[in-house]
Amino acid sequence: MALLEIKGLKTHFKTDDGWLHAVDGVDIAIDRGETVGVVGESGCGKSVTAKTVMKLIDMPPGKIVAGQVLWKGRDLVPLPPEAMQKIRAKEISIIFQEPMTSLNPVFTVGEQIAESLRLHEGLSRKDALDRAVEMLKLVRIPTPERRVTDYPHQFSGGMRQRVMIAIALACKPQLVIADEPTTALDVTIQAQILDLLQRLKDEMGMAVMLITHAMGVVAEVAQRVVVMYAGKVVEEAPVQALFAHPRHPYTQGLIRSIPRIDLDAQHKVRLEAIPGTVPKLIDPAEGCRFAARCKFAKAECTQATPPLREAAAGHRVACFFDL
Amino acid sequence: MSAGTEVSPVSAPLLQVKGLKKHFPIRGGLLRRVVDHVHAVDGVSFDMQPGETLGLVGESGCGKSTTGRCVLRLIEPTAGQVLFEGRDVGAMTPQQLRGMTRDMQIIFQDPFASLNPRMTVAAIVGEGLVIHQLAKGPREIEDRVVQLLQTVGLSPDHMRRFPHEFSGGQRQRIGIARALALNPKLLVCDEAVSALDVSIQAQVINLLEDLREQFNLSYIFIAHDLSVVEHISHRVAVMYLGRIVELAPSRALYASPRHPYTEALLSAVPIPDPTVKRPRIVLEGDVPSPIHPPSGCHFHPRCPRAQAQCRTEAPVLRELAPGHRAACHFPN
Repeated sequence: MALLEIKGLKTHFKTDDGWLHAVDGVDIAIDRGETVGVVGESGCGKSVTAKTVMKLIDMPPGKIVAGQVLWKGRDLVPLPPEAMQKIRAKEISIIFQEPMTSLNPVFTVGEQIAESLRLHEGLSRKDALDRAVEMLKLVRIPTPERRVTDYPHQFSGGMRQRVMIAIALACKPQLVIADEPTTALDVTIQAQILDLLQRLKDEMGMAVMLITHAMGVVAEVAQRVVVMYAGKVVEEAPVQALFAHPRHPYTQGLIRSIPRIDLDAQHKVRLEAIPGTVPKLIDPAEGCRFAARCKFAKAECTQATPPLREAAAGHRVACFFDL
Repeated sequence: MSAGTEVSPVSAPLLQVKGLKKHFPIRGGLLRRVVDHVHAVDGVSFDMQPGETLGLVGESGCGKSTTGRCVLRLIEPTAGQVLFEGRDVGAMTPQQLRGMTRDMQIIFQDPFASLNPRMTVAAIVGEGLVIHQLAKGPREIEDRVVQLLQTVGLSPDHMRRFPHEFSGGQRQRIGIARALALNPKLLVCDEAVSALDVSIQAQVINLLEDLREQFNLSYIFIAHDLSVVEHISHRVAVMYLGRIVELAPSRALYASPRHPYTEALLSAVPIPDPTVKRPRIVLEGDVPSPIHPPSGCHFHPRCPRAQAQCRTEAPVLRELAPGHRAACHFPN
């Protein structure tokens, strides 16, 4: 049994113009200890998927219209808030993109790490703070005994993201959802954080769902990759297979539109941009959502929605054609 | 063709920047006295040839955007000289400067904040034409605006619309059309594609490359994304805490970095190919504060190769190979 299995998930939002189909039929499975990358551009529904798993969607305006989120076989969707509280941070935790806004400015970082330990593990204030120091040491913050009483504004962006990781890992969860954990960071700091995440994952054996828009980050960190477009999964494959043989025209376009620093000048070609823009997701019509930007699109692409089908072992694609 | 064609150095430079410094005052206390300075740009020099693209890369706070703005005199430099076609930009009167702005334009990062939400696209793109009297009468202005919109890949029907009706990529095209309206020679692209999704980013990069060819433009291309800078630039300057640490043709810089900071920066870039495994140099710690930058070489506290000399003596940017300069006492 997969650790987490998202099945046919649809999360919609009510707007003045109609229902926004942010997540519109998503299937993702994550095994124990596995790192799965979820990639896609702004508005593809990757963050909403993560927040739905954590039940962090404001309802209303949001609504889980269909689907299941099976956590070790048990559906989280109908779970009442108190029961969800026991799973959050203890079994599944989340790291957000913005370390500036996701830490509480009026509490010390020690108190913020200790909070979930006291709540879930029933530790005393003193014991929880001792564990907070250990966690800061684990995420390699220098002089943790001193820094534990500091406030978030006394840390740099990279250090704050380390604190976020310490909070997320404090209760040793089995799954960590990292939602664009390095997007706001400079490239050398990003390298530090990715390194740290990788090392902690190896030490603690947790599964990671890494949400990002950066193909480079996915290529370095993930074992399996899920590509999302306009609220749907368009392709899913082991990382090597996805980059060696991308099957969906959107994935192909995504990979070819990135400038490559590692190729010598002779190999440099004009970037292959994907024409057009992402479709509006308010009451979308039937059919493949990428059809309007796809150079291979035929009449049938706008008549029916291509299902996610197995094109090769472990390699699934939502396209009518073998490309 | 990206970045491949070398620009011949025989022609007179379009732009010369000499010893540029910008120190922002920090005020504090009851009387708001100046208590300290942020050394945003701390002695930057470079030349540019007509038709050349110079990339400025570095991490947050390295002074790359401030350098770009000082070149345009959008902010007054503290010291140093900027010569555009041999004329000193810093010594110009406001009238002369206005004439100069026709030749030098800027494209900003945030396509949401850099367009006036109350103006139509036609008014935004046409504003410069009116101010500089480059077109006479509404008819001529409109013709020119239509032509500009088509140049950047927008439809003439977009003229009557407002910025909020456009996506990020389209807004960036409007910003480019506005900059092109005055037939500039130099465009400062300040993180011009950084806020865009990759598929849209590629569209805008391709557009900038086409325009460069079509109008023989020069770009100062400021970005933190090294892959993008390498792709579009002929030469790249790497900045760290207000100084250029390395300046080289982009091919040479990426093939054989001489400064340890450049080396670490390049090794930190994730490669979108899981079969490529490269050794990564992970730098310890954060970039120090530009208020009190480290003594000697600014990079020495994080440098794996630092020696006693690096703590006391700031290395000068010196030529190590033809056209390849680095500021390091112990270069590769």
